[in-house]
Amino acid sequence: MSGKVSTNTSTTSTSTKRADPLQRTGALKLVLPLFLTTAGVISLFAFMAQMGLEADGQPPTKLPPDLQNFKVSAAAVDQSWGNSKTLSKAERADDLTILRRLHLALVGTVPSLEEIRAFEEMESQDRIAQWTNHLLMDPRVGDYLAQRLGKVFVGIEDGQFIVFRRDRLNQWLAREILDNRPYDKIVQQMISEKGLWTGRPAGNFITAAVTGEEVDENKLAGRSARAFLGQRMDCAQCHDHFFAQWKQHDFEGLAAFYAPVRISAVGLEDQVPFQYVVEDSKAEGGKRTVDRRVPFGEEWVPAQGTERQKLAQWITHEENRRFDRAIVNRIWGLMFGKPLVEPVDDLPDPPVERQSDPLDVLADEFRTHGRSLHWLIQVIVQTQAFQQESRHPSAENGDKFDVASENWAMYPLTRLRPEQIIGNMLQAWSLQTIDQNSHVFVRLFRLFRERDFLKEYGDTGEEELALFTGTIPQALLRMNGEFSRQLSEATPLSAAGRLASLSNDREELVTGVFLACLTRRPTAKELQLIEAMRQAHPVSNAMLAEDLYWTLFNSPEFSWNH
Amino acid sequence: MSDSFVNCCWNRRELLQLLTTGVVAFSASQLSARAAEDRGPQRGKSLITLWLAGGPSQLETWDPHPGTRIGGPTKAIDTSIQGTQICEWYPQTAEILNSFCVIRSVVSKEGDHERGTYVVRTGYRPEPTVVHPSLGSIVYHELPQGSLEIPGHVSLGDGQFATRGGYLGEESTAFRVFDPGRNLTNLEAPVDHERHQRRLKTLGQLSQGFLNGRRYPIANSLHQKTIDSALKMMTSEQLKAFSIADEPAAALVAYGDHPFGRGCLVARRLIETGVRAVDVTLNGFDTHANNFGLSRGRAEILDPALSTLVTDLKSRDLWDSTVVLVCGEFGRTPQINPLDGRDHWPHGFSILLGGGGLASGRVIGATDPEGVKSPENPVEIPQIMASILQVLGIDFQKEIFTPIGRPIRLTSGQPLAALFKA
Repeated sequence: MSGKVSTNTSTTSTSTKRADPLQRTGALKLVLPLFLTTAGVISLFAFMAQMGLEADGQPPTKLPPDLQNFKVSAAAVDQSWGNSKTLSKAERADDLTILRRLHLALVGTVPSLEEIRAFEEMESQDRIAQWTNHLLMDPRVGDYLAQRLGKVFVGIEDGQFIVFRRDRLNQWLAREILDNRPYDKIVQQMISEKGLWTGRPAGNFITAAVTGEEVDENKLAGRSARAFLGQRMDCAQCHDHFFAQWKQHDFEGLAAFYAPVRISAVGLEDQVPFQYVVEDSKAEGGKRTVDRRVPFGEEWVPAQGTERQKLAQWITHEENRRFDRAIVNRIWGLMFGKPLVEPVDDLPDPPVERQSDPLDVLADEFRTHGRSLHWLIQVIVQTQAFQQESRHPSAENGDKFDVASENWAMYPLTRLRPEQIIGNMLQAWSLQTIDQNSHVFVRLFRLFRERDFLKEYGDTGEEELALFTGTIPQALLRMNGEFSRQLSEATPLSAAGRLASLSNDREELVTGVFLACLTRRPTAKELQLIEAMRQAHPVSNAMLAEDLYWTLFNSPEFSWNH
Repeated sequence: MSDSFVNCCWNRRELLQLLTTGVVAFSASQLSARAAEDRGPQRGKSLITLWLAGGPSQLETWDPHPGTRIGGPTKAIDTSIQGTQICEWYPQTAEILNSFCVIRSVVSKEGDHERGTYVVRTGYRPEPTVVHPSLGSIVYHELPQGSLEIPGHVSLGDGQFATRGGYLGEESTAFRVFDPGRNLTNLEAPVDHERHQRRLKTLGQLSQGFLNGRRYPIANSLHQKTIDSALKMMTSEQLKAFSIADEPAAALVAYGDHPFGRGCLVARRLIETGVRAVDVTLNGFDTHANNFGLSRGRAEILDPALSTLVTDLKSRDLWDSTVVLVCGEFGRTPQINPLDGRDHWPHGFSILLGGGGLASGRVIGATDPEGVKSPENPVEIPQIMASILQVLGIDFQKEIFTPIGRPIRLTSGQPLAALFKA
């Protein structure tokens, strides 16, 4: 099948140009001082008044009502590794380490000092579950997970800018996640949405694949298979897959479900009746008709509805195990920095014998519990795999390390993504939680800084869970960049400055910096070491705080999930 | 990279070991003066790409059609290639045009900025399951680095789309300098030397606790190697290549004292130091409205910088070791729209390609003066990439196995015979 030529020959009236990022940043640089001058004086007093060392957040007190069920399901997952392990599990990690993992996975940053203190006030032995429950009601979690899943659903290209609204899709997705809407319903709506993409933001799953005036059914077919079923069928667009079972007619048959959709004055609509014709140099007249077809589970396709509705029902059918396995694997990947099965979009066929591997166990449990993402996250958090140490006394090197990793005998060590590094640095700069309730100055500062830093640091884009190494420019940016210099500077507003001026003694200061940056207290040995260095080179508390912030920002512990 | 890369079935440890080789180049010993001063045939080859972002109009650069309906008001001038004219706004380039081959029939299938950039940068259309490396990343990855202490792949200017290393790894991604010739950001410690050393010492000591029990995975991650390389770079003599402080004032006047002019000057200094791949970006070619005014403004910047770069490389005996590619992501429509602009057009656009031992003074392909028919002798991006790789001494047919074990050729095209000396 010959590919379409995607050409934009529109005029300015139909071709929106993106604002130059440098211009936007430049504008912000002009706006920021002005903003601070006019609104800052009044704001500053209010802001500083808020920022003591005491937590003003109330710790959550409610235990999730389904806690016992979470534990039962988590135990089923823990047992599903069976007897294949040659190593015992690692020790359980301490609660603050687990709290850090939880925040990195769900919020994208380390917890604030304010949150750490609220967490430590909780006395329940199930405070991790309690805190998870508390976080799942936090809009930051919806926003962050929507951003991560949004990349999976629509990629990172801007698409046909005039019709595609990434922000609208992500806002809608964030709300759906926050409301704990069943995942199959979310997917069904994205696939089959009609109407204007402004008022029906779920439709931006479709508009993301618009090129010129046309919806690219091939892009949608490939993306649906990868995102929703964990299967790479893209090769089959042009030829039968070399290794997998997918044939070209499978791919074309899936694309045929999307072929009738078009963009009109009323937004997205499906043409009825519709005949899907593709170019084929080998066919008579260079064209041939393609009927819609699914590669397996034909009996799951309903008789009624538009073609897209039929496809949505087929993808999310309760017998379609690939659907549940794909999302369970992705969410596991977000929680650990590493999916259960790699690569996330090219999973093996579901095992014939159900629940014979951990992925299938969790996928089955997910389906029977209403395909709730909140439920899934809570269960993963309760697994031994999530709560164990990231080092293993019997697996410190070589082959044993690999065996332990493959068997999840310890929590995986993974590099943080660029936006997580940025989020960590920004959150560590503030004693209080930076969220939608933060002072406007803090939120403006965060937006401004994040954009600058990401531009230089580089975004990993669509490679959501790919293995990647750090780069020299990134190391230079963390060591010498303006961003890290400003965030580690001791000022009346920064955590470094506040800790330096408000701490009763140096130990409290050092402890505060460690908690803010690494979500843990310094060890006795580290306290001694810092004290010895300070005695050799006496410095003020402010300089000590700055030096410690810089040091911890550049430590491996800061940029790894562990 | 090691030939063992062709083993598609490795574990994570082996993969990380393979990735290591890409970074070791940074931490090798210092470049000897002799190596830096090699000229002519003794010298390792390099690539400079002048990236004209936004899609430069072929009709207002290297392929004007004066006096036709599609040509608009643009006039043409003769050049040092007999019988060949270019847009009148490029008088200095006209004089040195015979150093290049002019390809006027480049075609691609992508008319969107992001996707078009991807195709011209990598030779492949965007695929959802793999990120292909840019030409600069391939050149950096495949050519020996000598004893370079600064990055071997550099991107100068504020290009919107980074030149990614893709499946070759992030270490092959270009090191970005947003304002070339001015302040090189992030290379000076934010505090005085003594305090910086104390910080580094503390960092080393405080890292030990976390490394205990995790030395193997952390070592494999190249974390420390990366920091060591960054620290080495901070104190390297070779950093002078990024600075133009010791350049005569006349050089800056000739190139043009603006980010692109300074970028071209820094590009020359970088390849002189042994950097393998440099690109310099000039933004502002997306002329949907006021195409003629905007294109002229771009020409005033590009013309002196490009011609000076060529002259400078030749005067230093670097021309035959340096391939110079001048291109953007696509051209612009022959039709002039109601806003006096031209829109996106990947069906026949122009590039300049020269140096590095390639043929020169040739014009390849032609576009229809009426703007209706397809171009004669259409040339696709993979053919251009294969030609560049071949002249740089890189096996363009080489297959690299991606981290998921899929074999992909460096480029899918064959070299263009017309680009090579008989």
